[in-house]
Amino acid sequence: MSSAKEEILARIRANGEKDSREAEYDGIARNYRQTGTLSKDERIALLADRLHDYGCAVHRCPEAEIATCVGDVLRGRGKTHLLITPEIPADWLPNDCELLADSGLGYDELDRADGVLTRCALAIAATGTIVLRHAPDTGRRALTLVPDYHLCIVFESQMVELVPEAMQQMRAYGRAPLTTISGPSATSDIEMTRIQGVHGPRTLDIIFVK
Amino acid sequence: MNISLFITCYNDTLFPETGKAVVAVLERLGHRVEFRRAQSCCGQMHYNTGYQKEALPLLRNFVEVFADAEVICAPSSSCVAMIRDHYPKMARETGDEKTINEVAELVPRVFEFSELLVDKLGVADVGAFYPHAVTLHPSCHGLRSLALGDKPRRLLEAVRGLTLVDLPEAEQCCGFGGTFAIKNADVSAAMLSDKTGAVLATGAEVCTATDNSCLMHINGALSRQRAGVKCVHLAEILAARA
Amino acid sequence: MSVRVGHAAEAPSFPQAAEKLVRNTQLRRNVRHATNVIRRKRARVVEELPDWEELREAGHAIKQHTLRHLDFYLEEFERKCTEAGGCVHWARDADEANRIIVDLVRAHDEKEVIKVKTMTSDETALNESLAAAGITPFETDLADLIVQLGEDRPSHIVVPALHRNKMEIRQIFLEKMKLENLGDRPEDLTAAARKYLREKFLNVRTGITGANFAIAETGSVVVVESEGNGRMCITLPRVLICLVGIEKIIPRFEDLEVFLQLLPRSATGERMNPYNSIWTGVAPGDGPEEFHVVLLDNGRTNVLRDEEARETLDCIRCGACLNACPVYRQTGGHAYGSVYGGPIGAILTPQLQSMRHSQSLPYASSLCGACYEVCPVKINIPEVLIHLRAKAVEQGYEPWQERAAMKAAAFALASGTRLEVAQKLARVMQLPFEHEGRLDHLPGMLAGWTAFRDLDAIPKQSFREWWAERE
Repeated sequence: MSSAKEEILARIRANGEKDSREAEYDGIARNYRQTGTLSKDERIALLADRLHDYGCAVHRCPEAEIATCVGDVLRGRGKTHLLITPEIPADWLPNDCELLADSGLGYDELDRADGVLTRCALAIAATGTIVLRHAPDTGRRALTLVPDYHLCIVFESQMVELVPEAMQQMRAYGRAPLTTISGPSATSDIEMTRIQGVHGPRTLDIIFVK
Repeated sequence: MNISLFITCYNDTLFPETGKAVVAVLERLGHRVEFRRAQSCCGQMHYNTGYQKEALPLLRNFVEVFADAEVICAPSSSCVAMIRDHYPKMARETGDEKTINEVAELVPRVFEFSELLVDKLGVADVGAFYPHAVTLHPSCHGLRSLALGDKPRRLLEAVRGLTLVDLPEAEQCCGFGGTFAIKNADVSAAMLSDKTGAVLATGAEVCTATDNSCLMHINGALSRQRAGVKCVHLAEILAARA
Repeated sequence: MSVRVGHAAEAPSFPQAAEKLVRNTQLRRNVRHATNVIRRKRARVVEELPDWEELREAGHAIKQHTLRHLDFYLEEFERKCTEAGGCVHWARDADEANRIIVDLVRAHDEKEVIKVKTMTSDETALNESLAAAGITPFETDLADLIVQLGEDRPSHIVVPALHRNKMEIRQIFLEKMKLENLGDRPEDLTAAARKYLREKFLNVRTGITGANFAIAETGSVVVVESEGNGRMCITLPRVLICLVGIEKIIPRFEDLEVFLQLLPRSATGERMNPYNSIWTGVAPGDGPEEFHVVLLDNGRTNVLRDEEARETLDCIRCGACLNACPVYRQTGGHAYGSVYGGPIGAILTPQLQSMRHSQSLPYASSLCGACYEVCPVKINIPEVLIHLRAKAVEQGYEPWQERAAMKAAAFALASGTRLEVAQKLARVMQLPFEHEGRLDHLPGMLAGWTAFRDLDAIPKQSFREWWAERE
C-alpha cells in the first residue's frame, strides 16, 4: 500500500510535464518595478506619510540624541516600564525609565509590561512597512507581539523604497523568523469600518534616526 | 466601402428596426450594405451554456457565409465578442488546419457597429438628430471583451439635440447573461432591479446600449413597472433625423 | 477517498438557495455596503501602482509554472522544512487530514486548540472532527469568531461575517460571551473580542493555522493577516500545526515580492496588511517547539489533470472576485453552499467536490467578466465557467428539457433557410400568448422570463423579410 505522499506525487506526475524547470522559471517575465527611483529625502518622506496613514506617530532625531528622543516619546505616552532587546545599546536609554531585558519572561509578564523598544531590520517606504528579523540579539517574536505598545527605531539608511528591494535584502536573513509590520493591528470585519488595535500592539511609535 | 451586415439571429427576429437603422446610417455615410441570406447565428447561446458540440455547425455556417466579405458589421457586442474571444479556440479544438486558418483570417474583419463607425470609418458624427435625454448602459461584452471604451459615448455626444446623462454604477452587469436570465431568474431579476433603479435615477427618457439582449432585459422590467422610460438601441438613435 | 468541500455535497442548488437569499433585505444591504467599500479601496491602491499589470502577469506566470512542476516543489519544500526541524505530513483527502491533526493534538493530551483563519480547515470540516474527539477549537479571527459564536457559516473568503451588521454582532457577543453590557460601536465589539481571546492566546498550548504561501526553496510558511491573532497562534503555543493545500506552494523566497504586492491590495484594499509572518521549521528559543505541516490534496490533483481548468489553482484567496461579482452582490456567499463562494467558488467547488454535487455552480454567473478584470493572478474565470458548463452537459447533468430545447434550437439556427422557417413558426406559436403586442406567461422553462419581465411580441416582419422586400 503506497503512502499518501507517494499517491499524491504519482497523481501529479501523471500529467507528464517535466524538463526545463529551471529554464522555465528563469524565463518568467518580471517587468514590474524592481528598483526605486526616489531620492533619499523623498523616500523618508514617503515612509513617514504611509506610517501616518496607518495611525503611527513618527518622531525624528540625530543619532547622538536617541536617548533624549526615546525619553520624550515614552513620557508622552506615560510609559515607565519597557522591555528592550540586546541590540539596544545602553547609551540609547533614557534615565527616567525602567528598562528590562527579556530574560525568558513568561507570557503573563510580557502582557504586564508597558511596552517594548526595538530596532528593525529594514523599512519599506512604498507600503509603510517595518521588517523585524527575529534572533537572540534582535528579540524573539513574542516580545513585539504581547505587549500593548511598540516603539521602533529606524535608521534612514535602513529605508528602501519598494517591496522587491526589501525582499532582495531579506533573502540573506537565512532561517530567522521574519515579521513585517505595517501599522498597528486592525480589522475591518465589522461593517467594513477599520478599527485599530485588535490583538497585536495597539500603539506603534516610530523614531527615524539620521 | 462594401459592408456585409451580420444582423444576428435575435435582432433579425425580434429587433428588425435595429438592422434597418444600421443600414440607414451606413448608406447615409455613402457605403454599400449587403445582406447575405444564408447567415444565421453565431452560436453564443449554445457555447456559453455548455453545448459546444451544437455550437460548432453554427460557427461553420458563419465562416462559410462570410469567408470572402470585406468587412462584417454586427449591431451586437456580445455576438462580436463570441466570434473574437471564442471562435479561434473552437477552431483550434477541431484540429482542422483549414478551419483554423479560415477563422484566423475572418475574425479581424468582424466589427461591432460603434467600432466600425469610429475605428474603421473614422467617424463620430453621423448626422443624427434625437432631442431626448438618454443614458448609456455599457454592455459587459462591449465594456470588457471588446474594450469599446468611449466609442458609444462619442457617437452619442455628436447627436444633435441629445442630452447624455451618466448612468450610476454603469459597469454593473444588467443580469441578462443569456440563459442565466432563465436558469437563475431570481438573481437576474435582483440584478435587473439595481440596473433599472440606476436608469430611473438619471431621469432620462431613454436607455441605450450596443446590445439588444441587455435592452430587451432592461426594457422588460421598465415595461412591467410601467416606468415611462423606454430602451432604444444605439443604432436607432444614430439613424434618427430631423 | 473522501474528497470533501465542507458540506457542499448536501447544499441546495444555487438557484434554490438564491431564491431565498435575495429576499433577505438586511443581507443584501450588508453585502452591498461591504463590497462597495472594499471595491473602492482596492481601486484606489491599484490605480496608484504604475506596474500593476506587470505584477499580475508575473503572478500568473509564477503560479502556472509552479503547477507544471508541483511534484518537484512539494518535495523541495518537505526537504527544507524537515531540515529546519519541521515535520511534514501528506493527506490525500479531508478525512485523512482531520485524522492526522486530531491524532497530533491527542498525542499531547490537549483539550483546547486556538485556530487562525484557514479556509482549508472549513473545507475538511476539521472543527467537527476535533469536537468529536473531545477537543474544543477556538476560532480567533474576529469574523470567524462571529461566525462560530453565531453558529453560522462564513459568507466571504476575506470578510467571512460580511453578512452581519454591528447590531447583529453585538447580540451574538452579549449572548455567547455572557456579557452584562456592551456598546454598539465597532470599537466596543472589537474590545470585547480582544478581552475574550487574550486569555486563550496566553494559555492554550496548541495552535492550528493555515498558510497563504509555502516557499519551496526555503521550506518556509507565510501567514498574511491584519488582527494579530495569526501571530498569536503561530508564536505562543508549544505545538503548531499548519494545514495547507498543495497549490499554495511558490518556488522561491523572492517570488513573495510579487504576491505580497498583489494580495493586500486585492483583498482589503491596503498597500500592505498589518502583519506578515514568515518562519521556517522550528526556531530555538522563539516560538513553538514542535511544528507540523499537513499538505492537503482533497481533489486538487483532479483539477491539475484538467489543463483547461488548471488555472483555478492559481488562486491566492484574495476575494476580489467576490467583491466585483454582480451575482454575489445579490446573494452573499451562502448561496454557493460551500466555504468557497463567489466566482472562484463557482469554479473551484465543482472541481474539488465533483460536478454531481455542485452542477448548478458553473451556471451561477452572467459571464460579465468583472471577476477576470480584478483577479490579481489573471485567472480567466469566465473561460473556466464555460468549460465546466460543457463538462456538466457532457456528463448529463442538465435537465432533458433544456437539452432537447438546445438541440432543437441548434437545428433551427444551422442555416439562413432554417432560420426563416423557425421565425415563421415562432410567430404562429406565440399567438396563444400574445396580448396587446406583448407575450404573457410563457410556458415551461421560459416562465422565468415573464415572471419578472414583460416581453414584446415577435414583430410581424423580420429584418430579412424587410430586406427581401427592399430588393
